Amino acid sequence: MFERVPYYIGVLLKGATVTVGITLGALAIALALGLALAVLRTTRLPLARPFVRSWVEVFRDIPPLTQLFIIYFGLTYVGIRLDPFTAAVVGLGLNGSAYCAEIFRSGFSAVHHGQREAAASIGMTPMRAMRFVVFPQAFRVTLPPLANYAIGLIKDTAVASAVAAPEILFRARNLTSETFETPLIYLLVAILYFCLTFPIARLVDRLEARRKAWA
Amino acid sequence: MSLLAELQAFFAVYALKWPEWSGPMGRAVIVTLQITALAYALGLVVGLVVALGRLSRNPFLRRAAAVYVEVARGVPALVVLFLIYYGLVPLGVVLDAVPAAVIGLGLSAGGYVAEIVRAGIGATHRGQREAGASIGLTPLGVYRFILIPQAARIALPPLVGVLIAVLKDSSLASLISAPDIMLRAKDISSSDFLPLHILLVAGALYFVLALPLSAAASALERRMSRGLKSRP
Amino acid sequence: MTDPLLKIEGLRKSFGALEVLHGVDLALDQSRKVAIIGPSGSGKTTILRCVNYLEVPTGGHVWLDGELIGEKRVGDRFVHLSERELAPQRREMGFVFQNFYLWPHLTVLENVALGPWRVQGMARREAMDLAETMLDKVHMGHKRDEYPERLSGGQQQRVGMARALAQQPKVILFDEPTSALDPELVGEVLSVIQELAAEGRTMILVTHEIRFARDVADVVVFMDGGRIVEQGPPAAVIDDPRHERTRRFLGQLGRG
Repeated sequence: MFERVPYYIGVLLKGATVTVGITLGALAIALALGLALAVLRTTRLPLARPFVRSWVEVFRDIPPLTQLFIIYFGLTYVGIRLDPFTAAVVGLGLNGSAYCAEIFRSGFSAVHHGQREAAASIGMTPMRAMRFVVFPQAFRVTLPPLANYAIGLIKDTAVASAVAAPEILFRARNLTSETFETPLIYLLVAILYFCLTFPIARLVDRLEARRKAWA
Repeated sequence: MSLLAELQAFFAVYALKWPEWSGPMGRAVIVTLQITALAYALGLVVGLVVALGRLSRNPFLRRAAAVYVEVARGVPALVVLFLIYYGLVPLGVVLDAVPAAVIGLGLSAGGYVAEIVRAGIGATHRGQREAGASIGLTPLGVYRFILIPQAARIALPPLVGVLIAVLKDSSLASLISAPDIMLRAKDISSSDFLPLHILLVAGALYFVLALPLSAAASALERRMSRGLKSRP
Repeated sequence: MTDPLLKIEGLRKSFGALEVLHGVDLALDQSRKVAIIGPSGSGKTTILRCVNYLEVPTGGHVWLDGELIGEKRVGDRFVHLSERELAPQRREMGFVFQNFYLWPHLTVLENVALGPWRVQGMARREAMDLAETMLDKVHMGHKRDEYPERLSGGQQQRVGMARALAQQPKVILFDEPTSALDPELVGEVLSVIQELAAEGRTMILVTHEIRFARDVADVVVFMDGGRIVEQGPPAAVIDDPRHERTRRFLGQLGRG
């Protein structure tokens, strides 16, 4: 009964490359946008704080699937047609920007304000203080939650199957329509996702352990 | 046409369509809330059991609970739903969409709940336990009067976070055809050719449902960080 | 000749391959005060923790008021008690922790009343009354409704003592009660201990405060390397030690 397993695995692995592609694309958007939002929040620009807070609240509280559908199906109404892969990258990236903004915010606030004052006292501009004093310290605080976010992101890419992006779960659904070995295929899918996320989970545990050692 | 006029035209559609949409969307909200509530309840029970397993002295139970947490952490909820809804059919297990969603989302949430409960109990210093033992409390008494009350305050904000996550994940139930907000929105968008309008409604509904919860979570968190003295 | 109130016989404790107690014997009668001194790592704290079985000894036995602690005899063998079975025995011994370990979710009064209420089965009101009395004894009555984190270390430790007193214990075990305190807070804690000693309570005090040990204790025990090197009245052990190691330890303290 297992003779077709290698074939299944081959098909699913092709899907895995798409899953990884969506993950990396969305991660890049989420990190860049999240960092920008978090920095924006620390500025004194009027409305910066309420804007960032609303952004975070909206993109965090609406399910990724809904956001993806709005981008993929909804935007066709105003003439924007994205292919499934791009829609997934953009949708999950926007969703992730909310999480990353929060992670960076708490990373910044973990750096004592005296650090900033010390930087100012030697004549650093706020931007330089950010770059040379705040970022390096915030980085190690933010790494474990960022890795956790990446795990969540990999799992969320499964919703891209609903807009026919050819990732793991979409390929699995196609396989199940040509065979009756449905339980086996979904089991392989679960194992495959587990293999993608497990190394990151281990990394998180290590980082957490190290962070405790510092504290 | 100016942007303002376009926006006006866009929102005018709602005035026209809302009477027709409100009925099915209202019923869909009920289904979403049902799935969320039941899955969360299941998640709490599963999570508590798994957490006690992780804290147990039996090495086999400890190992099994750890594996459960790892798997729940690593496998997408949607895959779990597919596995339960489609995957078990050839084995003769045929579930309706809503129960399948409740079970799948509950099992998935259980892993997170377990970690939160365990972290809450682990966060209380070993000395707290010893002080309890030193005045003659039984192990059960130590849990009841010392560990659980302290763990509960630590665990409460993240547990509200899990509730929000379950609410959002309940949207996945639409993909196994449970008649929730997303499924109705999808139906309406393909029958009325107004995908953006109805999907924005769906997004707004989730937002309105989640907002009070997320406000509660951050209020709880602020109270927690003020320390334990804030107890009434 | 009556049996001693607390008797320790051949007490051993290993952590993995490392043995930190190599067979310790100690006995004290009702109302006696024993001070255990010695360098860090000498096993002083481990003795206390083994006496009320926060650590399970690797060998030896402990009796309190004639009752075997932490073990029961099955035929001619000794079997360790479960945590559940230990609870009523621990109720007979007060323990004062170096780091206080007050419960942060309870007020000062609740910290002291929890034992009488939930362990001794008193009515809530009665337990609160007893707790108040004990708090007054340690001069902390005015802080009864505060939460522990609002108190100084010395105040927390005094509450810790009230908590132990509220058990109405046969013996109180003090585990370096002033070691975690800022120097200026040590005095208030020591003076409360002195008051308790004057009431005729039985106690074992593990401490670095040599002068205090001399003032309060009937018997001073000097430990080093997991063994009792010498014991006797303070005048003998502290002022005129017979052993080289004791002299060296006391000498270092004198210089430090």
